[in-house]
Amino acid sequence: MKALTVRILLWGYAAFSMAPLLVMVLSSFRPTSEIFDRPLGRPTGFGNYVKAWTEASFSTYVVNSAVVVVCAVLLGAAVSLLAAYPLGRREFRGRSMFAAYFISGMTLPAHLGVLPLFYLLESMGLVDSLAGLVLVYAAGSVPFNVFVLTAFFRQLPHELDEAASLDGAGPFATFWHVMLPLVRPALATVVVFQFVPIWNDFFYPLVLMRDESKLTLPVGLTHFFGQFQNDWGTLFAGLVMTTIPLVVLFVLATRQIVAGLTAGMNR
Amino acid sequence: MALGARRGRGSSYLFLIPAFLLYSAFVVYPLFTGLTYSFFSWKGTLRGGFAGLDNYAGLLSGTFLDQLLPALGHNFLLFAGTMLVQNTLGLAFALALSRVRRGKRALQTMFALPYLVNPLVIGYLWTLLLSPAFGPVNAFLEPLGLAMPWLGDPDTALPTVIVITTWQWVGFPMLLFSAALAGIPPEYGEAARTDGAGSWQVFWRITLPLLKPAMATVTILSFIGSMGTFALVYALGGSNGAPAGATDVLGLLFYRTAFASGDVNALGTSSALAVFMFTFIFGSTLLLERVLRRKA
Repeated sequence: MKALTVRILLWGYAAFSMAPLLVMVLSSFRPTSEIFDRPLGRPTGFGNYVKAWTEASFSTYVVNSAVVVVCAVLLGAAVSLLAAYPLGRREFRGRSMFAAYFISGMTLPAHLGVLPLFYLLESMGLVDSLAGLVLVYAAGSVPFNVFVLTAFFRQLPHELDEAASLDGAGPFATFWHVMLPLVRPALATVVVFQFVPIWNDFFYPLVLMRDESKLTLPVGLTHFFGQFQNDWGTLFAGLVMTTIPLVVLFVLATRQIVAGLTAGMNR
Repeated sequence: MALGARRGRGSSYLFLIPAFLLYSAFVVYPLFTGLTYSFFSWKGTLRGGFAGLDNYAGLLSGTFLDQLLPALGHNFLLFAGTMLVQNTLGLAFALALSRVRRGKRALQTMFALPYLVNPLVIGYLWTLLLSPAFGPVNAFLEPLGLAMPWLGDPDTALPTVIVITTWQWVGFPMLLFSAALAGIPPEYGEAARTDGAGSWQVFWRITLPLLKPAMATVTILSFIGSMGTFALVYALGGSNGAPAGATDVLGLLFYRTAFASGDVNALGTSSALAVFMFTFIFGSTLLLERVLRRKA
């Protein structure tokens, strides 16, 4: 009997947890007048999506966000991968100092440097540019990426480097031909983990971007909500479009996400 | 061999260069420059003379303090609410789920799913859901006589923010506590039970003490999260923390001071505020860490 109560409570909360998202998805397929008439109801068509995509410049926001996220994640992963290789596998002077320098960034509140960052980018002509955002995000991803990838490089078997150097491979050939194929799982973790915060980030574009044609989704969303205040159907469609990529990512990479969520456990 | 090692050493630095440059230029340099900004007086973007701690004193001046204290207070209330509601609920779910066999995975996924959604989307979604006129929540509560302007009334706005935060994040403490519970050998509880302990006693005397490290982690992460909240409150109440500043927090205050205050010394004041926030949050985190991780 008690077990049954617990089950009912758990499924009840699950309903509470899912209901808002469900309402969001269902409403995005209903005309605004119907939503105002009756808050809940059956979906009827794609009209809101067409409107959000064409009239509300969602197409621009989505493309900008996609370009920024992909470039930033790739750039951040590439430079971190290069740095993590010697940090995890080679002996050289200052190694632990470099490692500490990179990894200390995980505790630094990078947001608080936003004003100097703004003037730095301005002096480089990179305010209001997607390239500027890419550099900021890629740089911000370095500490976490280096941390994860260094740990991964360190636990690869040592015979690998010896065998490679016996075959006459220099450090670059070893990195490219031996190490790179082996770090793919760690690379997947890094990519998944940077994707979500960068896709969702609101603060940097809020400060760094002015030009409507260069906005990424989050700031675009704030403009969109001002413009379409009373057009709820379109608003819901916009919210769904902002969320879909993350749901797709979640479905593709549940394992990495759950592992990452619980990674802080043993600290 | 010696030659190879030396050549290897040099190339190690080559590998480090790209990450070093990128990270130094766009993360480290702005942070430290921000620190120096706070010690100068500013006229717009022109740097004036060395100001010592004047900008910091400015934070404590009457008009600014009238914004700073309520904002800080709201951050603390959010933290308290998160601990009391979200993390307690997360623990309860983890405990309940540890006894559930069928559907455990599905339940965990459903609890945790809102965590993936952009806080800005969450904020706007709930603004619509809680809208006094057309929102489904009030439409549902109307017949029960419980409809109210959840986000429009200064008295209910902050508690509503806490509920929304809980809705989004409860999966996080749940997963952490679930993992910690899975690490407790069942023999402990069984041994206590054979000694005549009831399930309540087993929970208080055995399970809870063993969950201490997980609780420390959850507390510290909740503190950092509560102090840094920005996008959600921005979507719910705009940059002024509507209604009537009832949802104003440090993050919003910093944004307004830096970009929307019209103060000629905005750069100096906001940089000082940034340094204060960092010192305060980082210091408190270290303190929490020491207190919570102390071996009893």
